[in-house]
Amino acid sequence: MLIDWFTVVAQLLNFLILVWLLKRFLYQPVLDAIDAREQRIAKELAQADATRDAAEAEQTHFREQQAALEAQREALLATATADADVEGKRLIEAARQRATELEAQQTQRLATQATALRQALAERTQREVFAVCRKALGDLADAGLESRMVATFVRRLQAARATDEAALLAGFKASVAPLVVRSAFALSDADRAAVQAALKDDLGIAQAPQFEIASDRVAGIEIASAGQTLGWSIADYLDALQASVAELLAAPAPVPPAGEAKPSIKLKARSDAE
Amino acid sequence: MHLSPDDIILWQFGLFKINATIAFTWALMAVLTVGAWAITRRLSRGLARSRWQNLLEIIVTGIETQIADIGLVAPRKYVGFLGTLFLFVATASLFTIVPGYEPPTGSLSTTTALALAVFVAVPMFGIAECGLREYLAAYVKPTVIMLPFNIISELSRTLALAARLFGNMMSGTMILAILLTITPFIFPIMLSALGLLTGMVQAYIFSVLAAVYIAAATRVRPPVPGGAVADTASANTL
Repeated sequence: MLIDWFTVVAQLLNFLILVWLLKRFLYQPVLDAIDAREQRIAKELAQADATRDAAEAEQTHFREQQAALEAQREALLATATADADVEGKRLIEAARQRATELEAQQTQRLATQATALRQALAERTQREVFAVCRKALGDLADAGLESRMVATFVRRLQAARATDEAALLAGFKASVAPLVVRSAFALSDADRAAVQAALKDDLGIAQAPQFEIASDRVAGIEIASAGQTLGWSIADYLDALQASVAELLAAPAPVPPAGEAKPSIKLKARSDAE
Repeated sequence: MHLSPDDIILWQFGLFKINATIAFTWALMAVLTVGAWAITRRLSRGLARSRWQNLLEIIVTGIETQIADIGLVAPRKYVGFLGTLFLFVATASLFTIVPGYEPPTGSLSTTTALALAVFVAVPMFGIAECGLREYLAAYVKPTVIMLPFNIISELSRTLALAARLFGNMMSGTMILAILLTITPFIFPIMLSALGLLTGMVQAYIFSVLAAVYIAAATRVRPPVPGGAVADTASANTL
């Protein structure tokens, strides 16, 4: 008999025991370990996916932020450029205006200086001219300049009756205000008498004039009453001389030939209000 | 000369006895269990693991994959039974290289016991999967006429399972013993190597057939016309 039934039963039991033993010591632990590893790998993969997603989201966010910053930077730059242009134009305009003001001030200062210089020069010229004239007349003709001037003044007054000054002389005659004879130098008694005689006899002015000395004047003689003045001067002569000097100051130009300026001595009416 | 290790009685008390079959089975059980315990007591659950653990994982996952390939839906449920069948038969063949060793599978009592285990396990798994009514209904499909043929099929395939394994294992040992008496050199080594190969193939066939039977029993719901018959036919050719 090849089959021993006791052995069959024993082997059946042995096999069942072996099944249990191997389940307990082999399959279960190994499969559990494999499952744990698979879970761990799956978990790590999921974590990696999550990390990658987060990184991609972060990257997207960062790119958007960067683009926004770039746009903002461009906008700020454009604004700053525009502001800088405006500010530059404003500064240039302000500088131009300031330069214009400074130029005007400088021009004004130069004009003031030129005027002062011209006045000083005129005065000096007047003094020098009269000093020369006086000396020349005294040395060559044995005549006083002042006396000659008074004589000329009287002669002119006499001649004025037929000229434009006639109305003015009529005003003097009708005026009740005191009549003043103003001269740059002290008149001698003879000169005063000559003037008084001319006024009384030739012009018909009965009022006795008062004689005054105008120390601020270089030369000349005039009569004045109620704000009206009649006198003679060498103003035109001096004006021509001043114009010539001004041209010399402004630009180097050839000096005009002598005799071009022709000073004239004539009576000139003016108002004190001028 | 004895045909089966059952004949080598080591100890006997009345009906109870310990023969070479039982003794070598115990030895195999001890080797398998102690080996498994020694390796699995320090299992690594991380990525780094020992070579022995790798070996065990390859064996266990290989068994699981084979079961899944055969068509069982939840292979883990059957790994214990089918895997043990394979490992026991394979180990029994593998140890034939040890001098003086008699494979327990060379005993018809052992193969009968294994075949009986399969014979009982198939309906158990089938009923557990589909329910008693569905499982029994499979015997009268497609017609009631098929009932006796199905029953004969069940019995005959169990007998075939037992006889096939016994014949292969016993013949290997017998041929080896005979050749040793005729030509003590060279040929026994070649035959021993061939026996190892045959033993592995038989272990694979035995467990795969058991898996096929279980798969057929658990796939009752969608009727497979002639599935069990075809399985039996294919098994008998091996």
